[in-house]
Amino acid sequence: MAFPPSHEIHKRRFGRNLGVGLVLAAFVALVFALTVVKVTRGDPMKGYDHKPSNDHLPAAQMEGQP
Amino acid sequence: MTDASAYDKAGGLPQEAGFGDYVQLLKPRVMSLVVFTAFVGLMVAPGHLHPVESFAAILFIALGAGASGALNMWWDADIDAVMNRTKSRPIPAGRVEPGEALGLGLALSGISVVMLALATNVLAGALLAFTIFFYAVIYSMGLKRSTPQNIVIGGAAGAFPPMIGWVAVMGHVGIEAVLMFALIFMWTPPHFWALALFMKEDYHAAGVPMLTVTHGRKATRAHILGYTLALLPVPVAASLSSIGGPLSLAVALGLNLWFVIGAFRIWRRDEDQALADGYRTEKRFFAFSILYLFLQFGAFLAEALLRPYGLGGW
Repeated sequence: MAFPPSHEIHKRRFGRNLGVGLVLAAFVALVFALTVVKVTRGDPMKGYDHKPSNDHLPAAQMEGQP
Repeated sequence: MTDASAYDKAGGLPQEAGFGDYVQLLKPRVMSLVVFTAFVGLMVAPGHLHPVESFAAILFIALGAGASGALNMWWDADIDAVMNRTKSRPIPAGRVEPGEALGLGLALSGISVVMLALATNVLAGALLAFTIFFYAVIYSMGLKRSTPQNIVIGGAAGAFPPMIGWVAVMGHVGIEAVLMFALIFMWTPPHFWALALFMKEDYHAAGVPMLTVTHGRKATRAHILGYTLALLPVPVAASLSSIGGPLSLAVALGLNLWFVIGAFRIWRRDEDQALADGYRTEKRFFAFSILYLFLQFGAFLAEALLRPYGLGGW
């Protein structure tokens, strides 16, 4: 069975759908990037691994240590 | 029968919108000026914003401007259809339904305001919301068809972007942000009245009470000169503030001189002279007004970019 030739209207719809798809993908990427920046505040996050570390002590306590 | 053949009428193609028609609803040319001035406002602010946050701030300020453009096109579709300059816009041309433009405008307004507030701060988001409200409701629905001062007061909508850019970084409004606002606010009337001088028939046909229609061209010429003189101290004051420096002051003085000469030439001419040379002086003044704003804000940007090297600023 032969497909009928593509009509101008289908090309226009494809262009519109492609445009909307790309805009949505870009929006998802931007929200992801913003989330990473907001959560990390520009610094790599450090998880607590249940071992005491100087990084977890307040600055005042740190000063008294050798 | 296919869906395509159902649309075909008497050899004409269906008037179905392409992606570009929706982009056109956002007034991309106006948006480019918004992007530039908001970017300068953001760059000259003495604070720090992560590059991703900066990018998002500019994007959502531009999107908010686009949203207000779509709302404006929805509301003004009837007069757009009459004016030569605007009759090929998507709604009067029949490619986009008015309801679609309204929906797009409202949706983008919500997205841009919420996202700007989340990406930067609530005050920036609130200012963007007010800007959209000011342009779509106060200017488009209220002032535009009721008073010849429409451009003067409505100019505030176009003046907010650099202030929003500043607030996105700082979280508050400073004197520098007010001066950048005032610069665009005072620049708008001579810019648009020069356009109205050589587009008078359009506004007349649409019944928009531009100054040229209500007070005549002679009065409009005098207003252009008056508002140009009132504009002069603003870029000078901004150049003397913390965002300025010797470079932006020199640019301000040079541009002011050039602008005043242009406004004076417009004021001195009468309609016969203008008609004889096809409104050459008015068209040149209009084109230069765009350059004026671009160069002045470009100078503020240059000051900010040179500052880390000890060159920009006072």
